Amino acid sequence: MSNRQGLIKYILQRVLLMLLTLFIITVMCFVLIKLLPLPLIKEQGRDPTLVLLRREKMGYNKPIMVQFFLYLKGIFTEWDWGVGEQMYDSLPIWDIMMQKLPYTVAVNLYSILISIPLGLGLGIYAALKKNKWQDAFISTTVMVFNSVPSYVYAFVVQYIFCFTLNWFPLQLASLSKAGSLFSWTMFTSMVPAIMSLSFGSIAGFTRYTRAELSEVLTGDYMLLARTKGLTKAQAISRHAMRNAMVVILPMIIGAFIDILGGSLIIENIFGIPGIGNLYVTSINLRDYNFFMALTIFYTLIGLVSGIVVDISYGFIDPRIRMGSKK
Amino acid sequence: MSMTDIQSRVEAIAAQYDIPKEKFKRVEREGRIHDERLQTKAIGYLGDAWIRFRKDKSAVVAFCLILLLALFAVIIPIFSSYTVNFRDPYYRNILPRAGLFQNAGFWDGGKRLTQNEAGYQYLNAIGQETGKPAVMKVYDEFTDAQGQKHYKLRVDTYYQIGFVYQNLSESEYLALQAYQNETGIQVIYPLAKTHNKNAESYINGNDGANFWYLLQDEGRNTDGAAVLDENGNYIPNYITSSNPKAANYDSLRIEGDGENGVWYTYAFPQGRQGNYYKVRVDYEEYFNYQNHFYPSFLFGTNVHGQDIFTCLAIAARFSLLLAITVASINFVLGMIYGSIAGYYGGWVDMIMERISDILASVPFIVVATLFQLHLADKVGPVVSLLFAYILKGWVGTAATVRTQFYRFKGHEYVLAARTLGASDKRLIFKHIFPNSLGTIVTGAVMTIPGVIFSESMLSYLHIINLDTHRTLTSIGTMLSQGQAQLQTFPHEILFPAIFIAILEISFNLFGNGLRDALNPSLRGADS
Repeated sequence: MSNRQGLIKYILQRVLLMLLTLFIITVMCFVLIKLLPLPLIKEQGRDPTLVLLRREKMGYNKPIMVQFFLYLKGIFTEWDWGVGEQMYDSLPIWDIMMQKLPYTVAVNLYSILISIPLGLGLGIYAALKKNKWQDAFISTTVMVFNSVPSYVYAFVVQYIFCFTLNWFPLQLASLSKAGSLFSWTMFTSMVPAIMSLSFGSIAGFTRYTRAELSEVLTGDYMLLARTKGLTKAQAISRHAMRNAMVVILPMIIGAFIDILGGSLIIENIFGIPGIGNLYVTSINLRDYNFFMALTIFYTLIGLVSGIVVDISYGFIDPRIRMGSKK
Repeated sequence: MSMTDIQSRVEAIAAQYDIPKEKFKRVEREGRIHDERLQTKAIGYLGDAWIRFRKDKSAVVAFCLILLLALFAVIIPIFSSYTVNFRDPYYRNILPRAGLFQNAGFWDGGKRLTQNEAGYQYLNAIGQETGKPAVMKVYDEFTDAQGQKHYKLRVDTYYQIGFVYQNLSESEYLALQAYQNETGIQVIYPLAKTHNKNAESYINGNDGANFWYLLQDEGRNTDGAAVLDENGNYIPNYITSSNPKAANYDSLRIEGDGENGVWYTYAFPQGRQGNYYKVRVDYEEYFNYQNHFYPSFLFGTNVHGQDIFTCLAIAARFSLLLAITVASINFVLGMIYGSIAGYYGGWVDMIMERISDILASVPFIVVATLFQLHLADKVGPVVSLLFAYILKGWVGTAATVRTQFYRFKGHEYVLAARTLGASDKRLIFKHIFPNSLGTIVTGAVMTIPGVIFSESMLSYLHIINLDTHRTLTSIGTMLSQGQAQLQTFPHEILFPAIFIAILEISFNLFGNGLRDALNPSLRGADS
């Protein structure tokens, strides 16, 4: 059996397993949510009969498993994830989610694009200066930044840059004012959130890069490379970095998938109307339709990122043979 | 060399040096010759770990810090004068004050404030009447473009409260008078006449109790500026009567009372039967009268008038207790589950892996939310949170244990024990488990900071709500309360944030030290 076939088989296996897991989680969450008493219909400004009709259509009075079947049917035939009950009155959930997602993606994308070069750079520098004061300084700082919860940075950033120095607005600029999501106005209003997110991920990247690279640097093949006559720079860039990347690159790929999920607490602090904020609001307002859809969304992100990271090892590192028994 | 050989050689030597035979003595007459016994004690696994742990200075410091913080969390709630339930309506957003820093210019309960003339007079008047200066220091005074005078001040947030109106029942009123007579401390002060809506807006909800002096344009559009006499003093504006015992008052009187037969009035009967008295009290003294201590808040108070120091200790106690409970339960569950999966392997392992895979894939926030929604009404938010942690928490430990078992179960010493007929239980607990203990214990310790963080996050986002427990608070709750006041009163978020930051750093350092210490293969690696 060739390696390619093995890889395809492995991927298929993993994807099927993932779908099974997702299905089981969806069933469990659906049943648990349906067992809860239905939230009251907010009276003001809307017609409760409309909601009741909608509930009737969703089959709220039928047995739970029938409801689940209707739920899946709605998703697969009409891509209908239900409508908002307690928030976004009767608007389709999928539309609202797609409206929110770009904010989350934008903030996290900026944060990652800043963190990766900085984190890798600092990590490489620390590994090359191992056991010197530069390394000690970077490692200590990284340890501190890795441990301190992200919201603490958020408070510090908010206090210093938004209140005291007044450099950045407190809340995110509105889309109508900023024009586009990737405009300069939007970017500056995102800076506090980006900073708060980046401290932790820079520290994470630095730590991994340093650990990986300093381990690789002690390898015998590094000695061989230098003996062969390669300069230190050549040996590091062609041998050490390539080997260290086997571990670092999957981490970067995983980080890119996690962009979709965002950070619940940072979005809450800086008032970013993203998907994390939507999730927290749906929980606090007991909008179960949103809660269900977002639960599936978050579970899926976690599962997909796990698989992609695992598979990427196989693509990056030629020594790993996916799906082979040995 | 045989015995006879030795004997003949000894004789030869004796003959050579002329030593009489009697001088020779057999050494081993009393028994066999031994090597010298080892006097040092054997160093066991834990002793060895302890030696290596001690060498890691940062881990030791971190451990001491954790102990200190834990001590703080245990002791403060017992000895503090305040509780979570303590909510003072006037001492809100009070700044931190420590006795040691009285004249330091910080941590003294003071804040910087820029006031106009009227505001400056207002603050000074409080100090003049109570004898407790509300203005600690005047940094600077300047005149703006409109010709208005402004003052940059340092204001004591405690004394700034000044006076408040209180409605007392007759018995409370009389008891307070008796207290005054007994201690000689003036609590009740004469009622003031000023009742102007504009002027009242100055006052932090004290209903104008601090305007005891005559204001300009009294009764109309006053801006609160005082009328001063020719010497620049305030003109008292108390309610007066000719009866010294008006409104049942027979106690201490302030200076200047009773001149020319005019007596100040100290209370105002209220209620249908006139059995309630509206009095104007010096709030700090009144606080002391009620609580038997003077207010002083080491970390200040929050927007509800709760003492942050005590709340933080109670929140920390809750966090630590929760985290340690979760860590120990998960340690046991994960150990059992992981050992079984890792030891038996095969289809048992496959099924168990699927189950833990599914549990691991559910986002924690979903589990926590569902438990809250289902169980919070029945068993309370804390227990449902605990369930959520238990349901998901052991998965990580189990995975670690399983990996360790896969690593060790093929080793020769395990095979040897099996060949000798050791039971599965014995193999697991006597042979494999001790080898993987270090990794597992470290993993369990490392779950503690994770639990503390995620608990604070959930309560910050109001997904769990501990307010139903009137005696409990959480760091996350404190952070979210403080975040609302971040701009004006950063101290309210500062202390909880610093606390959790130190705790997380310490636990991570301690965990790293522990991991290295419990790993015997690192023995002597660093020396």
